[in-house]
Amino acid sequence: MSDIYEGLVSAFWLVVTLDPDLVQISLRSLQVSLTALFIASAIALPFGTFLAIRRFRYRRLAISLLNALMGLPPVVVGLIVYILLSRSGPFGVLGLLFTPTAMIIAQVIIITPLIASITHQAMRELWAEYHDLLISMNTSSGQRIRTLIWDGRRNLLTASLAGFGRAIGEVGAIMIVGGNIDNATRVLTTAIALETGKGDFALALALGFVLIALAIGINICIHWLSRTEREGRW
Amino acid sequence: MNTILPLTLTDVSVRRRGKRLLGPVDVIMGSSGLTMILGPNGSGKTTLLRVMHGVERLSGGKVEWSVGQDEARHRQAYVFQTPIMLRRTVADNLRYPLNLIGIARKEIEAEIVEWLARIGLTPRAGLQATRLSGGEKQKLAIARALIRKPDVLFLDEPCANLDGAATRDIEALLQTALSNGTRIIMTTHDLGQARRLADDAIFMLRGLLHEAGPADAFFNAPQTAELRAFFRGDIIT
Ligand SMILES: Nc1ncnc2c1ncn2[C@@H]1O[C@H](COP(=O)(O)OP(=O)(O)OP(=O)(O)O)[C@@H](O)[C@H]1O
Ligand SMILES: [Mg+2]
Repeated sequence: MSDIYEGLVSAFWLVVTLDPDLVQISLRSLQVSLTALFIASAIALPFGTFLAIRRFRYRRLAISLLNALMGLPPVVVGLIVYILLSRSGPFGVLGLLFTPTAMIIAQVIIITPLIASITHQAMRELWAEYHDLLISMNTSSGQRIRTLIWDGRRNLLTASLAGFGRAIGEVGAIMIVGGNIDNATRVLTTAIALETGKGDFALALALGFVLIALAIGINICIHWLSRTEREGRW
Repeated sequence: MNTILPLTLTDVSVRRRGKRLLGPVDVIMGSSGLTMILGPNGSGKTTLLRVMHGVERLSGGKVEWSVGQDEARHRQAYVFQTPIMLRRTVADNLRYPLNLIGIARKEIEAEIVEWLARIGLTPRAGLQATRLSGGEKQKLAIARALIRKPDVLFLDEPCANLDGAATRDIEALLQTALSNGTRIIMTTHDLGQARRLADDAIFMLRGLLHEAGPADAFFNAPQTAELRAFFRGDIIT
């Protein structure tokens, strides 16, 4: 019990004094997850919107597949990316294994289906509302997608934030493909796992605080967005 | 003036789930004036209007303009029975159709200012369009349709649920459009409005074009018993 208490106290100090290790790890976490978020959003937002407005042959299949991919265990994603990037794998020559890039790839695979699926839901509603008008105005597919993305931007931001929340809190996949290497691929979640294992509760807890603060921050943002949505502002 | 009219419907029919909603209908829409489509609820007015505009799938027949489909689509506009507002500001709703055709920015802004004033929504320019009152939405929808200067404007009950003042405003907008050469094809349940605006009229019943003709004859000397009953306000099925 006193371990935890002392841990809490020193964790608090690590945070308020901006401990260099803590800062470095937190920044790397942000960098990896934000990059993954950016790439995943660039794929998932247009794709989810496309799924909502275009009827094509395998649309239902694509939607089911998306929902199935959303439930993919991150550890398995990590394993697959590991195999693909390992020296003997098809992309081994790129030498990406145990780099932040590998972690970004894994996170993109994990959160793209999630963001696309939420996007699809929201855009389907908006499309039902806009359908007749946009058809009547003789808009092209590209114009329709752009209109929906712009007018549904609050919903899309919510989708992206959910993706970011999942990425920043994920540990299994990035542990496998990143290797949790000090000064190179160590991020908040993998560091917490490591420090807890070593019994260094102070750093683990301090890292945990930062992670919780980020998670709460995201939820406040989502909450605030859905409130402005209801009130019809911006 | 070159125009996309006349509009010719040949043997047009619409069936959904084994039920015939419209047709067979044969009709030619000439190149000027205002055609009023009348008829009881469910008689196929909206369906006919959507067929003409090309947003309803046909089960048979042809809808032809004097120019190709693509050009025709660009030169007509439609105001829906329940106005569809983009989730944007009032001004951005007006900007939208102009952006689609890509005209100079300065010109766009000038058009917006002018139309806002014309529909009396200048003080609401920055408000979310979804928060407007029913009458204001309807005016905005009409302005957004007219701002592209279409050859043909379709309106589906533009004054349903509006009070006298709003109805008068909208009728004034339509009169101006008519005098600028816009062809208008619309529906209404307001017989007074029909008499005020129509150059010619069509009476729909059970998905069929039951009676049609120039306004004077249509309103003052209806040929069929059903139309006479409709004018009396009797229930016809
Ligand atoms: N997709 C559909 N499937 C089946 N029935 C339909 C479909 N769309 C419309 N209908 C039916 O077609 C009929 C004609 O509808 P329409 O909207 O054209 O009538 P309307 O004359 O515009 O009526 P109102 O005056 O109430 O607006 C109605 O009975 C309606 O229920
Ligand atoms: Mg109708």
